[in-house]
Amino acid sequence: MPTVFTPPQLDPRHHTERPGDRSGDPGEGDHGSGRRPPTDKRTGGSGDGDNWNDRPVGARGPRERLVQSRIGLASALAGDLMFFIALISAFFVTKANGHFTAHGDWVHEWMPTSIPRILLLNTAVLLFSSVTAEIARRSMFRVHDAMDEWIGLGKPTSRRAALWLSLTLTLGIVFLVGQWIAWQQLAAQHVFFRSNPSSHFFYLITVTHALHLFLGLTALIAALTALRTSRVFASRQIWVDTTVWYWHAMGALWIFLFVLLEFFQ
Amino acid sequence: MPQAPTLAHRLWHLPLDASLHGPALDQHLLLNLWIVLALLALAHVLVFIGLAKRRTRTPPRRQRTIEYLPIATLALLFTVLAARAETLWQAARYTGADPSALQVEVTGMQFVWYFRYPGPDAIFGAVKPELIAPGEGNPLGRDPTDDSGRDDFISSQLVLPAARQVDLRLRAQDVIHGFSVPDMRLKQNAVPGQTIHIHFTPTAPGDYAILCTQLCGSGHYRMAATLRVLSQSDFDAWVARHRMPAMGATP
Amino acid sequence: MNPPRNLAAPGSDSPTQRSAAPHPRLTHHRTIGFAYLALSATALLAGLLLSLVMRLHLAWPDWRLPLHGPVLPEEYLGAVTLHGTLMLFFVLTVAPLWGFGNLILPAQIGSRRTAFPRFNAAAFALTALALLTLLASPFVPGGTAISGWTSYPPMSAIAASGPGQALGMDVWLLSIALFALASCIAAVNMLTTILCLRCDGMVWHRLPLTVWGWFTAALLSLPAFAVLLAALLLLFCDRHLQTGFFLPATLVVNGVLIRTTTDGSPLLWLHLFWFFGHPEVYIAILPGIGLTSMVLANFARRRVFAYRLMIAVTLLIGLLGILVWGHHMFVAGLSPFAGSAFAISTMAIALPASAEVLSWLATIWGSRPRLTSAMLFALGFVSLFVAGGLTGPILAQPILDQYLHNTFFVVAHFHLIMAMAGVFGLFLATYYWFPLLADRTLNETLGRTHFFATLVGAYATFLPMHLTGLAGEPRHYAQFTGIAGPAGTLLASTMPLQRIITFAAIFLAAAQLPFLLNLCITLRSPFPSASNPWDATTMEWAPEAPSTASVPLIVHRGPSEYSLDGQNCYPQWQPLTQPEQPE
Repeated sequence: MPTVFTPPQLDPRHHTERPGDRSGDPGEGDHGSGRRPPTDKRTGGSGDGDNWNDRPVGARGPRERLVQSRIGLASALAGDLMFFIALISAFFVTKANGHFTAHGDWVHEWMPTSIPRILLLNTAVLLFSSVTAEIARRSMFRVHDAMDEWIGLGKPTSRRAALWLSLTLTLGIVFLVGQWIAWQQLAAQHVFFRSNPSSHFFYLITVTHALHLFLGLTALIAALTALRTSRVFASRQIWVDTTVWYWHAMGALWIFLFVLLEFFQ
Repeated sequence: MPQAPTLAHRLWHLPLDASLHGPALDQHLLLNLWIVLALLALAHVLVFIGLAKRRTRTPPRRQRTIEYLPIATLALLFTVLAARAETLWQAARYTGADPSALQVEVTGMQFVWYFRYPGPDAIFGAVKPELIAPGEGNPLGRDPTDDSGRDDFISSQLVLPAARQVDLRLRAQDVIHGFSVPDMRLKQNAVPGQTIHIHFTPTAPGDYAILCTQLCGSGHYRMAATLRVLSQSDFDAWVARHRMPAMGATP
Repeated sequence: MNPPRNLAAPGSDSPTQRSAAPHPRLTHHRTIGFAYLALSATALLAGLLLSLVMRLHLAWPDWRLPLHGPVLPEEYLGAVTLHGTLMLFFVLTVAPLWGFGNLILPAQIGSRRTAFPRFNAAAFALTALALLTLLASPFVPGGTAISGWTSYPPMSAIAASGPGQALGMDVWLLSIALFALASCIAAVNMLTTILCLRCDGMVWHRLPLTVWGWFTAALLSLPAFAVLLAALLLLFCDRHLQTGFFLPATLVVNGVLIRTTTDGSPLLWLHLFWFFGHPEVYIAILPGIGLTSMVLANFARRRVFAYRLMIAVTLLIGLLGILVWGHHMFVAGLSPFAGSAFAISTMAIALPASAEVLSWLATIWGSRPRLTSAMLFALGFVSLFVAGGLTGPILAQPILDQYLHNTFFVVAHFHLIMAMAGVFGLFLATYYWFPLLADRTLNETLGRTHFFATLVGAYATFLPMHLTGLAGEPRHYAQFTGIAGPAGTLLASTMPLQRIITFAAIFLAAAQLPFLLNLCITLRSPFPSASNPWDATTMEWAPEAPSTASVPLIVHRGPSEYSLDGQNCYPQWQPLTQPEQPE
């Protein structure tokens, strides 16, 4: 990741007020007064008086909006993680449960669900799709191409990103189809959602994750559309960036869930 | 007979107290209530004085006296209260009942309580959910093939001898019920799928209310029963009277 | 008309707004804030009417509801469920956090927008849909769910367990799931707004405590509602997919044997639900706590006493708030050792709460504040917070909870600390911010009448409930008469107090008439309010001329700075000059 995450420290108490520098168009920062391309790098500070960090909040260039959407995404993902943690704690509680029969025998209903081998393949596909997504994301921030695109010399970054995103989309669909096949294989062995506590959780976890991934596919399609239609380069970057980070998060979540299903049943 | 209610009991509307652990609990509860009342009054007096005072030239600023000192005092106060409460809680809950305690099984279902006594063998017979048939006189699903259940008998009243510890095993058939005897300062939920033990010692003979305190359905408000505490000799007579039909009914 | 302020009418806004959303009028945070408030008012009215029906029925069980007839037990429990759900979710969460949070928060941090206006609007749409769904539940076959807002399984998981537990319960589940989803989205928007859109100079230690309250509440609502969503999903599976996450292996409900494939336990629901439910009550009250601090300081014309400590304390209350859920389960089958642990964490939360009260006392001490309606409601908040809060440590002691659990003592406790203090926070916000919301100032005489009547009504209603609770009166009882045996005697002994409580509740409801009258009079009044009638110092009051609508806002100092004698106020937007720095 070629990013510098920390926004530069500035002490607003010593804010230099420059009356001329108050264009209040915080959204895009693409209004001619800034002279830096909207790369992922922090801006300004090269001494020619165009340090965006001296400008008011909301007018510090495209990076500001990028950071904002990343923070929004991160907090949404934190909530989502809690959702899965709740499911997983239910998983462990249920796994530990049992009951006594009328004859005093301890009955433990939990029968580990055998994980279809195709899930390994799916995992590999998902990992690979994260790589292609990351290539797409990085290509949106390649300084020279971004500069070209920003000043209107064609759409080199968007074209390349679109290619890699389409590949990611395909791999994502392959993953979902793979999951579908896994469910079919289990069904063929007569393992259904209702069969056993462990199969409840197998299906709950894989289906909720698949729903999340489906949302990711929608986001990928939206990002591809934005690459084609959005006229603001910074917006295209944000679409690709947030979608890809979401995709990575779902990939990491899958690894976590897969390990859980594989080794902790 | 239960002790005559004290003035404090009447003031706070506390009902009679007829269990062994009750007086200590009441004493602690009343201590808490008085402290809380005093703190409430103190806070309001401070608000009124603070509002009535002339404007001071400088606002209060000593954080140590105004914040940390009272907080430390309150922390000490709450620690003492919590420690006292913990001692009582440990005594009531951390250990099981005495082995010589009277065993009674309490089963809650919409919207009645059943009390099952194990009989002379002191062993409860097995129950099977599929055998439950209240209409056929088997509300708990007693398994007729289990010999230890032969001398069990079921009552709709909880009848106990005074001054003997009771070990209640709480069960629920359908939904969560709350087993509560205000006069015994006792409350514990009965959870389906679990058997939860509580124990206590009634001290004074008399009739007391058993209430359901966990919302269990439209008849929740009338899911009441009676706890009848008898002297040991009356209790023995009651047991003898009650066991006969139960024995006869068993095949 | 005085010039529109920075949060003036939606639509007349900076270009940012337009570029950020296609329909600025619909997605503007002020529009959404007002919409949330309207939604809350609807829910509040419905919840209030339900509570009056409940009170009348308790005091006079034979009373016939006009156009309906006698209130049946399941209807009473349906009213309990609806009342709790409406008030807790759609009033006490929505109004302070999403209503006033949208109306005031962006301006208070010096921003003209929220981070994700369209997501914000979507969250509102989902919340409105959730409310409509819930309000439809009495009209489905079987009526509304009767298992209370906590919906403990197996009752909530098995349709046979009572009327309303079939379709009514499904409607309830859908409504709350929509609400939880909406709250997560709204919380993401609010968190990002606070993290990213503070204006220049608005560093963390200059944020008003109100913002800290909103921030902590939003921070809590993300994990809380996410866990609730997971719990609702599991409950849905139990209801419709024959799992048994919250059900034991066998159950006999209403004579029907039910077997599940899973050895679940109702306690799992209790854990998941209260992991959400307890933070939820802090979500409801934290904005009110912050606002009370700011308003007391405003009218005392002083800084908030121990301001930085209060920030820490607000966050600490939030943190402890997610560690105390087990105190709802002392007698629910939890291990007694866990009970002791949760008792300690719950007692601990009394300390930051006391720190807040001490700060309030010190802030107003010897300040001769202006006793406006807003100030009175802030003082009322303090009073109710203390009165309701002090019974918390009592209920936190497991051995005392063994007697008091699920009695009216608990009802009194949470109605004072959460419901009444929460509602006082809402009135406080309304009186204080009305000049910003409607460009009018509410009438002071009517405001004071409203305050005193409401305070008296609140105490008259909820203080006697402590006594009926101590007498052993349980919650959720549809009636206290007509029951045989000693139980009947015990329950009937509370009837004299029941009637007093009912009269007080009617008085409390009637005490809101001056407020409605005040709203009508004030909104029709032709006189706009002064631009900053309370000499407030926080950014939402910053004046702004229309021509400079795009001029960035800059914060130069902390909140509530006044000169020592209280004559001068130094608002956050006023640049520093050398000699004036107070204290």
